[in-house]
Amino acid sequence: MAGEIWTISEHKDNVLKEVSFELLAWGRKLADERQTALCAVVFASDITETELGRLFEHGADKVYVVQNEIFGHFLVEPQARTLKYLVEAYQPETILAGATTSGRTLMPYVAMQVHTGLTADCTGLEIEPETGNLLQIRPAIGGNIMATIKTPNHRPQMATVRPKSIIIPDAEAGRMGEVVTPDIPEENFTSRVRFEKHITEGRGNAALEEANIIVSGGQGLQGPESFTLVEQLADAMGAAIGSSRPPVDHGWQPYVRQVGLSGRTVSPALYVAFGISGAVQHLAGIQTAKNIIAVNSDPDAAIFQVADFGIVGDALQILPVLTKHIKEDL
Amino acid sequence: MHIIVPIKQVPETSNVKMDPETGTMLRTAVQGIINPLDLFAIEAALRLRESRGGKVTVISMGPQKAEVALRDALAMGCDQAVLLSDRRFGGSDTWATAYTLSLAIQKLAPYDLVICGERATDGETGQVGPGIAAALDLPLVTYVSQVVEVEDDFMRLERMIEGGREQVWSPLPLVLTVLKDVGNPRLGTVRSKLQARKAEIPTWGPDDVGTREEWIGLKGSPTRVVKIYSPKLARKGEVIVVNEENNMEKAAAAFIQFLKDREITEFIPKNNNNGGA
Repeated sequence: MAGEIWTISEHKDNVLKEVSFELLAWGRKLADERQTALCAVVFASDITETELGRLFEHGADKVYVVQNEIFGHFLVEPQARTLKYLVEAYQPETILAGATTSGRTLMPYVAMQVHTGLTADCTGLEIEPETGNLLQIRPAIGGNIMATIKTPNHRPQMATVRPKSIIIPDAEAGRMGEVVTPDIPEENFTSRVRFEKHITEGRGNAALEEANIIVSGGQGLQGPESFTLVEQLADAMGAAIGSSRPPVDHGWQPYVRQVGLSGRTVSPALYVAFGISGAVQHLAGIQTAKNIIAVNSDPDAAIFQVADFGIVGDALQILPVLTKHIKEDL
Repeated sequence: MHIIVPIKQVPETSNVKMDPETGTMLRTAVQGIINPLDLFAIEAALRLRESRGGKVTVISMGPQKAEVALRDALAMGCDQAVLLSDRRFGGSDTWATAYTLSLAIQKLAPYDLVICGERATDGETGQVGPGIAAALDLPLVTYVSQVVEVEDDFMRLERMIEGGREQVWSPLPLVLTVLKDVGNPRLGTVRSKLQARKAEIPTWGPDDVGTREEWIGLKGSPTRVVKIYSPKLARKGEVIVVNEENNMEKAAAAFIQFLKDREITEFIPKNNNNGGA
C-alpha cells in the first residue's frame, strides 16, 4: 500500500481554520486514487476531541495530534522539528499544507531538512496515472504561465495549496477515525524565536486570501476619502477590502491590502474592482478569482478584458448606489 | 553588523502589455532587473547598517549577466557583492538554490543577519529564504513588516499574518523575509552608480563554496517541471455603459442579478439593512 497522504491542519486558538478542511478536500481525492489513508496532522496547545472530530467528518481517516503549550502560536522551529520527526517515523507519501503565512514558512523549512521537493501555492493537484506521482499545478510569472511540477525520486512529495482553490464538501456527520498521539521527544518543543503579542488591526484588514468577496479600489478613486465608499460597500457585502498598487504607493491604503504581483494573490468567489485600470501586475493577483466585476469610467480599460461583468461609469457615483441596492434587495 | 542579502535577477515586466485576444502577456525583449521585492530586503539591510554600523553583502545566484543586478545593489549602497555562477548550478529548483546559497553564506561568515525578499516575482515561491534558514539551522522570521528593536544579539520584529500582525523576538544570527512595509527602496546617486560600475565582483562556482556535486543544478533538484502552458486570462463578460438609456439604477440591478446568477449572494450576510454606514 502506498504511504499516507498528510494534511497540515491550521487553527487559531485551538479552533480549526477553513484551510484545514480545504486540504482534506484535496487530500481525499488523492487518497482515494492512491488507495491510501488520508491523515490530518495537528499541532495544538489545547484542542478538544470534538474539534478533532470535525477532521474525520471532513474526510480524514486518521488524525496525528501533538499537543504542547508551544503550539499555542505558530512558531516554525518546534513545528518543523516535530513534523520532521513524524515524517521519519511514519514516512508519508505526500504532505499538503495551506499556502498561508504559516504553511509557506513551515513547509520550505521542513523540505530542506528532510531533503525533498516542495511546490508552492498550487491551484491544482492530480495523480500521474503511470507512476502514481503527485502532479502539482501552479501559476507562475504573474499567472502568465501554468506549470505542472512533480517530485519523481524524493519522498514525501510536498506542496502548499492556495486557499480557496477548492470548495469544501458538506461534513459527513458521525464519520469517525483513529486519533494517534505520537510520543515526541521533549527537545523538539523548543524555539529560539519567541512569540510576544498579537497586534490587532482595525476593521477591514480581514485576510484577503481567506475572503469570499473582495471589494477593491484603485487610482480611479482619486483619493483616500473615496475608500470610505468602498468600505461601506464591503461592509454591506461582508467583504474584505483590497487595493491596487497606486493607492498603496500614494499612502491611501496600507500594503496589507495590496492585491497583485507585488502584493497578495487572491482567489475569492467574487472580486469587484472599482477604478482599477487593470495593469498586468494587478491582473496577475486576481486571475484565479471565480468571478470578476469591473467598474471603470474608461471603456477601454484592460480590467474589462478579464471581467465577467462590467460597468462603464464613475466608480464614485456607482459605489453608493450599489451599497444601497445590496442592503435593500438582498 | 554583517548583513547578507540574497537577491534574484528577474525579467522586467512593468512595460508588458496584454494580448487582447488571448489575454496573455506579450513579452518583448525583457530586461533583467533586481526582483522588485528584493529591493525592500536591501533597503532594510541598509537602514540597519545606518543605525548599527557594519556592512551589507549582496549575493546572487544566476547567469553571468546577473552581475548587473548586483551592481544595481551596490549603487544603492551595499558594500560588497558576490556572484554565484556556473553551468553546473543551472536548472536549480528552490531546494538546490537554498542549499547552494547557504554554503556561500557560510563562506561569508561571520554574519549577524540574512535578509531576503518575500518571494521573487517570476517563480513566486518564497521558498528560498526559509530554505536557507533550515540549511543553516538558523531561526527564521517571515513576512516581517517592521523592525521594532535591534541590539547586538537580538531583534524584536513585527510580522504580518492573516488578518493581523504579531510581534516576535529572536536571537541573532537570524534569517528574515521582509515585506514592502519595511521602507521605500532608495535610488542610487550618479556617483554611487559610477563606483558600482567599477566595483570588483568575485564569481564563485561549486568548488569555491564546496557544494556536493549531486545536490546542485538540475540533477540536485528534487522537483521537475513536467509541462508549462499559458492559461487564457480573458473572460470578456457583459459590459453595461451608464449613460442616458442605461442609468445607474439599471446597472445596479444588473449587478445584483449577476450576484444571484453566480450564486454569490450566499456569501453576503442577510439582514444588514440596519447595518448603517
